[in-house]
Amino acid sequence: MSIERVITAFEMMPSWQDRYRLIIDMGRKLPELPEERYADDNLLDGCMSNVWMTAERDDSSDPPIMRFEADSDSQIVKGLIAIVFEVFNNRPPEEVVTTDIESVFQQLELEQHISSGRRNGLSSMVRRVRELAQAELAA
Amino acid sequence: MSVVTDTTAGPLDIERLRDEFPIFRQEIGGHPLVYLDNAATSQKPAAVIEAIDRYYRETNSNIHRGVHTLAERATAQYENARAKIAGFINAAESREIVFTRGTTESINLVAQAYLRPRLEPGDEILVSEMEHHSNIVPWQLVAEQTGATIRVIPFDEDGVLQLDEFERLLGSRTRLLAISHVSNSLGTVNPVADMIATAHAHGVPVLVDGAQSVPHFAVDVQALDADFCCFSGHKMFGPTGIGVLHAKADILEAMPPYQGGGEMITKVSFAGSEFQVIPNRFEAGTPNIAGAIGLGAAVDYIEGIGIDRMAAQEADVLAYAHQRAHEIEGLRIIGTAPEKAGVLSFVIDGVHPNDLGMLIDQEGVAIRTGHHCAMPAMEHFGLVGTARASFAFYNTRADVDRLIEGIANVRAMLA
Repeated sequence: MSIERVITAFEMMPSWQDRYRLIIDMGRKLPELPEERYADDNLLDGCMSNVWMTAERDDSSDPPIMRFEADSDSQIVKGLIAIVFEVFNNRPPEEVVTTDIESVFQQLELEQHISSGRRNGLSSMVRRVRELAQAELAA
Repeated sequence: MSVVTDTTAGPLDIERLRDEFPIFRQEIGGHPLVYLDNAATSQKPAAVIEAIDRYYRETNSNIHRGVHTLAERATAQYENARAKIAGFINAAESREIVFTRGTTESINLVAQAYLRPRLEPGDEILVSEMEHHSNIVPWQLVAEQTGATIRVIPFDEDGVLQLDEFERLLGSRTRLLAISHVSNSLGTVNPVADMIATAHAHGVPVLVDGAQSVPHFAVDVQALDADFCCFSGHKMFGPTGIGVLHAKADILEAMPPYQGGGEMITKVSFAGSEFQVIPNRFEAGTPNIAGAIGLGAAVDYIEGIGIDRMAAQEADVLAYAHQRAHEIEGLRIIGTAPEKAGVLSFVIDGVHPNDLGMLIDQEGVAIRTGHHCAMPAMEHFGLVGTARASFAFYNTRADVDRLIEGIANVRAMLA
């Protein structure tokens, strides 16, 4: 589902219960991580639940693009990862560092509906995504 | 109507009592609020809110020094609140009650003003594995400052303290036992009276963290014989920012001040200052006057109902919650001590506690999720956190039904 379709789907859903259901479903569709990726080095700080995230630059694509992978022990967080990846995954690193995901969160009204702890987690997820892309740009 | 029968008084009319709490008149997510986060903070009855409001409207003035009418009135109300609290916990004298910001500040006060001057490198402070961080970190700080070490009393798989280990850990270097009366994360009621007697037999003073006991059942500090007892106003229907340190008068008398400022001195010159008598010595600066008066009103409120009747209602609801929790497949109760108060902590297979907390909030049910500021206790069970429903007298079996229904819905959603 493209991010535009996620936004449209959200707008059509009257209740947050339904929106959570969609978030959870999106998380379920994330591919599983290989076992070795569940390492402490890949753990994000600032999350109430565990989030493991890795990134690789795929040079076989022209221009090269970022391939992110992540998982969480929380199904809601996994869904939020899926939303973040919908925006950032498979994009050139230049685009990743400049894309305004905060406006997407605003359109989804996520800021108002997730707890402050989760908001911090979401920001640290976005921060890590940008750091990983930045590192590829610097490399 | 939910009622509970007590041997000492008639049944509690919970529906009528709930009406005295303005916050319950609202809906959350289109559902009547079911508030099950009382171990974090309790809700406030109108009587408490009005006492604070009335103080600011009619009495507001600084205390102790003024000679004008309002200052006299404010002082009288503040000291009257102290007397009420002394009566509530059966302290020997009002001057044994020190007002603080809460349990955390009370513990820090004891750590710095009482214990620090008594610690030598190699001395030991004894705590338990189930302590709240506020009954761990102040001791770690003072241990770092002095070269003392922390020893930890373990608990078993039910969340019951291993008393044989406790006795083994009590040694010639133990300078203080700091122990919670009731665990905020497991609900265990610790046998503090026996532990205090044992510690005293070894010449070891005891601090009781009463944050989760004083609001829930009768605590008699003289019967307990604790040297220090700490609790918070906001967990017992009073305002935030006010709490209590109770200590025996002779112990307080021998303690130096904690913070310097106004209120706590009799004479100041650059050659030195003379400190006030207790408890004023420990109440530097303008205190939380409205908070103290609000807490006094909360004590009046509790005594008007009867803490034994509140305890009976809570025990009934907690037992019912345990019973119904067993109906949920994959639910494991964390903290299964025979003696429990106020807390049902649990985990569910395949459900992250935070997900449960967020999703059940959509149904108007407020619970706590996470480590409950008791990470060592969580670690014991190999968990990062639990979901916790915690009760007050205004909770009913119907609230438990909403909780169980909510859990079932969330499980279906996440399955």
